[in-house]
Amino acid sequence: MLRKRHRAAGVGAPAAIFAALGDETRLRLIARMSDGGPLSIASLAGGFDISRQAISKHLRVMSDAGLARSGRRGRETVWQLEADGLAEARRYLQMIAKEWDDRLRRFKVFVETR
Amino acid sequence: MSTAVSDRIEKEVLLRAPLSRVWQALTDAGEFGRWFGVRLDGPFKAGTPISGRITPTTVDSEVAKMQKPYEGMTFEIVVDRIEPKKLFSFRWHPFGVDPKVDYSREPMTLVEFTLHELPEGVRLKVTESGFDKIPIARRAAAFTANDGGWAKQMELVQKYVEKTT
Repeated sequence: MLRKRHRAAGVGAPAAIFAALGDETRLRLIARMSDGGPLSIASLAGGFDISRQAISKHLRVMSDAGLARSGRRGRETVWQLEADGLAEARRYLQMIAKEWDDRLRRFKVFVETR
Repeated sequence: MSTAVSDRIEKEVLLRAPLSRVWQALTDAGEFGRWFGVRLDGPFKAGTPISGRITPTTVDSEVAKMQKPYEGMTFEIVVDRIEPKKLFSFRWHPFGVDPKVDYSREPMTLVEFTLHELPEGVRLKVTESGFDKIPIARRAAAFTANDGGWAKQMELVQKYVEKTT
């Protein structure tokens, strides 16, 4: 029901954000980045069963979605969270969080008044 | 991190109405349709598919306006369980309203309504689960229409973020 309204509101990026978040590795990377400032790929990859290349790929997906950004520290590439991306997703969610709420509100009116 | 967190939506509401009234409004297909906004082609029967057409709700004019563009679109659910005055559940394709898309081969989510009688009324809980089985591209779209899972997931992310600040 809400798709049109989102379009009308000019929201395009959230779909990419949600897709970027819809993966356990990426969620764990977010958790890891939120634990401390900019981290190298080596630090981020520690403890994962997947290659650094795969981690880099995940980071790029997150970067494309506006959830993370890279910078340089000496010769290293370091990554950190992009707070705005998370905030945007959260705002967006508040907007869409209403569908079941709406249905339940309608149901409440329906059973309490007739 | 548990994937279950991203797999479900949970909502609760206290209804100041008798249990029998709530049960009927929920499981009589005609009454269901009036608040939900759909005209169904028959009664709910456990384990049985039922279809209908989107028909703007009569309960809320604002919502009715939003549903108007979808009027006449096919609406399909497969009733799962009916346990009188306790539980009603069905499966469906979340936000399966794009007429150009064939959803039939995609996994469905499970919607469960559970009722608890209290002195002051009935506590109704709705959960929708199974989002992790839905193809990722569709999941983003499904979640835009089926809130909560992502809200929950974002809470989880938020917890991680706040843990260190």
